[in-house]
Amino acid sequence: MKRIMPVFLAIACCLWIGQAPARAEITPPAVGEPLPVITLPVPERTALRDYLGLSGGGHFEVAQVKAPVILVEIFSMYCPYCQRDAPEVDRLYHIIEKSPGLKGKIKILGIGAGNSPFEVGVFRKKYEVPFPLFSDGDFSIHKSLGEVRTPYFIGAKTVHQGRPLVFFSRLGGVDKADEFLKLILNLSGIERGK
Amino acid sequence: MMKRPALLAAALCLLLWTHGPVYGRSDVFKDNIYNPGALKPIDSTLTVKEGDKAPDFRLPSISGETVSLHQYRGVKNVVLSFVPAAWTPVCSDQWPGYNIIKPIFDTHDAVMLGITVDNIPTLFAWTNQMGDLWFPVLSDFWPHGQVADHYGVLRSDGTSERALFVIDKKGILRYIHVHDINKRPPLEDLVKALKGLEE
Repeated sequence: MKRIMPVFLAIACCLWIGQAPARAEITPPAVGEPLPVITLPVPERTALRDYLGLSGGGHFEVAQVKAPVILVEIFSMYCPYCQRDAPEVDRLYHIIEKSPGLKGKIKILGIGAGNSPFEVGVFRKKYEVPFPLFSDGDFSIHKSLGEVRTPYFIGAKTVHQGRPLVFFSRLGGVDKADEFLKLILNLSGIERGK
Repeated sequence: MMKRPALLAAALCLLLWTHGPVYGRSDVFKDNIYNPGALKPIDSTLTVKEGDKAPDFRLPSISGETVSLHQYRGVKNVVLSFVPAAWTPVCSDQWPGYNIIKPIFDTHDAVMLGITVDNIPTLFAWTNQMGDLWFPVLSDFWPHGQVADHYGVLRSDGTSERALFVIDKKGILRYIHVHDINKRPPLEDLVKALKGLEE
């Protein structure tokens, strides 16, 4: 014990000293920067896998999603704002999927900060969320994204080479799907196909 | 000089503070959440156990009515959710989740009663941020924390524990869980306890 205690204290102090500035430095993804690495399990449901353009099992990286624009929502089933906004996010998805010129160009996924898979499932069922939702039960992804408030949207667009670039990073919900979509189209520079 | 257990506890607190999860981040609360930091996980001793008759009480609710436990006797199963304090991170991140699972409560013929030791105006302002709550929110403010104390979940600083009690229609305590005050109880545990009412 005599030997362990100083070592333990030293490790704790190092972690604290090392982490405190690191925590302060972790900020939400900034526009113009590469999309941070976010690793998630490949959805079990075939329809969700197909939507994201994935195959097989295991894990995938958000940058692998096959679409010119990827929208990531950080939400929580315990967040009243996220609950209130959920129908409008669903509407955004349906507008995109029903538009021949947009379908396939923008893909949405949600990450439940601090939510277990069960809690994410409750949210999905309650609001009939049609796009993939993932659990971030230990807040690890949330921490890596600067512990943003919720809901928070990150938009990234694919580039010819390298990681997708963040073009949108904003606290707040969709609020009005049509206006939100216009904003995303303007900022990402993608055009509706014919 | 600090004793070794104290040093160990201090080091653990340091780690918890550095690496603990972040609750209460819904933008609906803006900058109004007070963070008390890491607290002693449990700071009281239960006075009841599963199988006991649940102590009756009458408390004022934010809607202006007085709610008693016995009014549900023979009518509904009851879940008591004690949370420590309004406008704090984990508490602000708990009841909004219960607010979207009314169908699960209905399936098990249960109601929820949310209780804190805060006064009515504070509870009114706080829960207003959560939208329309379907369950009564009760104030155990005066005599301060009396109901929490009867159940053995009043902490030494005058707040309550983060505790769940499931009471059946006969008024018997069927499930008790006093959770680490610094963390949110997993929703699946409560749902499992509700399912347990049918056994």
